[in-house]
Amino acid sequence: MATDNLLTIEHLEKYYTTEQSVLDDISLTVKKGEVIVIIGPSGCGKSTFLRCLNGLEPIQAGNIYLKDQLISTKSTNWSKVRQQIGMVFQSYDLFPNMTVLENILLGPLKVQNKKQADITPTALKLLDRVGLLHKKDAYPRQLSGGQKQRVAIVRALIMEPEIMLFDEVTAALDPEMVREVLDVVLELADGGMTMLIVTHEMQFARSIADRVIFIDQGRIIEENSPDIFFAQPSTERAQRFLNMFNYDKKNKETRSF
Amino acid sequence: MQDLGIRVLFEGNNLLRLFNGLLLVVELSAIAVFCSIILGICMGALMTLKNPLVKFLTRFYLEFIRIMPQLVLLFVVYFGLTRLFGIDLSGFTSAVIVFVLWGTAEMGDLVRSALISIPQHQYDSGAAIGLTKPQIFRYIIVPQTLRRLIPLAMNLTTRMIKTTSLIVLIGVVEMMKTGQQIIEANRYTAPSAALWIYGTIFILYFILCYPVSLAAQALEERWKN
Amino acid sequence: MDVNFIVQHIPQYVDAAFLTLRLATIGIFLSLLLGLFCSLLIYFKIPVGRQICSLYIELSRNTPLLVQLFFLYFGLPKIGVFISSEACAIIGLTFLGGSYMAEAFRSGLNAVETSQIESGLSIGLTRLQLIRYVILPQALATSIPPLCANFIFLIKETSVFSAVALADLMYVAKDLIGLYYKTDEALLMLVIAYLIILLPISLLASFVERQVRYAGFGN
Repeated sequence: MATDNLLTIEHLEKYYTTEQSVLDDISLTVKKGEVIVIIGPSGCGKSTFLRCLNGLEPIQAGNIYLKDQLISTKSTNWSKVRQQIGMVFQSYDLFPNMTVLENILLGPLKVQNKKQADITPTALKLLDRVGLLHKKDAYPRQLSGGQKQRVAIVRALIMEPEIMLFDEVTAALDPEMVREVLDVVLELADGGMTMLIVTHEMQFARSIADRVIFIDQGRIIEENSPDIFFAQPSTERAQRFLNMFNYDKKNKETRSF
Repeated sequence: MQDLGIRVLFEGNNLLRLFNGLLLVVELSAIAVFCSIILGICMGALMTLKNPLVKFLTRFYLEFIRIMPQLVLLFVVYFGLTRLFGIDLSGFTSAVIVFVLWGTAEMGDLVRSALISIPQHQYDSGAAIGLTKPQIFRYIIVPQTLRRLIPLAMNLTTRMIKTTSLIVLIGVVEMMKTGQQIIEANRYTAPSAALWIYGTIFILYFILCYPVSLAAQALEERWKN
Repeated sequence: MDVNFIVQHIPQYVDAAFLTLRLATIGIFLSLLLGLFCSLLIYFKIPVGRQICSLYIELSRNTPLLVQLFFLYFGLPKIGVFISSEACAIIGLTFLGGSYMAEAFRSGLNAVETSQIESGLSIGLTRLQLIRYVILPQALATSIPPLCANFIFLIKETSVFSAVALADLMYVAKDLIGLYYKTDEALLMLVIAYLIILLPISLLASFVERQVRYAGFGN
């Protein structure tokens, strides 16, 4: 299968019981360098979808291909796969017993067996790129949420993944720190990184996405370019969702107490 | 050889004698726990007082009892107090004294920490809706304190039951001693009896303690709120 | 109070104390290993192993050490298994201690948040690497207070070793009372001996607990 598709997902299904379906027949292809933003109401399964892609959640049906390799089998070596799929979480969990630099170097040193002398310059360069070189010997408890999240991104980046997954990475941050993190993500996109981003930040989504995917109740409802999607979505459900972010009086539903 | 040993268990009134030993264990534990709870509640209330002398004395008492192995305390009471007061304390009585002293100290500490762990706003909220101090205690404080205390008290109970095994070393005829007597009596006829007798005693202790542990866990889960 | 008598017999108490400490140290060390092993088996839900460990923990926590010792020392020889007093003491202490250590480790392991584990998995750590770099360091911080409490508990439990013919502190005291009727002196030395052993350890444990709480990763 010669394609330049980096990630191919075919008919992915996840359910707890036959009545409790979480993801229903999701199919998606991601080309190299594409930035795909996934949005949808809470509980629609978008975070779960990301977690299925790097093996944190099992799937009941469907196939996931990384380049040409099927990774959704029972015998997948996830340690290897996860080196190619980087993930950053909402809860920016840095390991509290290690410094910033140690957090970042843990993966390359222990998983990829690189030499400390070889990889440290790269780590320091990446830290500098996100503006945190001066914090390399600090412990996580000494950092703000935004700083921790930026370190988390570096920690994932240094593994040199083919694709990065971002799961609502600014949802737990105070507003003034959201920007510094999103700037980093924007920069990564400009540099050509392939990304799947789950977010609630609509303006950010509009400016960074090559494609927008709207998921509701475990199904892809609409898939479009950001210009079309945000201005004139083709489905009513998408329109209703977007209205939640629009405070224009003409969209206000009347309620009485 | 094996079945000669196990046969001893069912011979004569051996099993009955073992159960009498078991009963003694239960008796000692029950008395100790009962007295400890009552005295412990008093001690706990005492420990929350701010008087430095009271604080020091209760603290000293608690730490001493905690740090000394129970067997040492048993020896001190059984061998030492007997001489000190010229009275002849039986092993069982010495054990009761030691266990009550131990239990009171532990319960006292549990009660104290349970009392101080109830946040001030619980008292305040009660007062705010017009309850008097005794009412606050009865309807708000005591039920919450009990929920924290009871699983811990049950935990103390299992520890006491296990510690009763020590009284064989100060000459009380309980399960282990009875077991030894049975083994001695059958020294020639059933040489491997020791294995089965001590094995049985092991299981008997388990049967005593395990249900209490389970109940404590279940209660703790239910009241975790 | 016969001070001469006390001074005369200090060496006996010292020897006994060293015996107790030696056996306690070995027992505690082995208990730590056994406890860690069991708690990991249970934490990772390894089939069969997990059930056996759970059963072991319940049996061990609900039976007294003395009964376990009697079984090992008096019972096993009847089926041809002869174990020395010291070995019995160590095996018994390890059997008892292992379950207490396992419980201490369990609370530490459960305190490590799932998100930490997922972060570790996402950078490709294998299960063993996850245990070593992420789970254990964080679990230890929570486990250290109960582990320290267990050390003290196990040292106290060693007081029953005289029942299996070991010349420990209780044995010496009882011996002196029986031989010389010097009850007060013997008991006084006994109490002091245990205070000397346990007070420093107890204070050290409190100190360590406080350090861990302050250094505590403060998230």
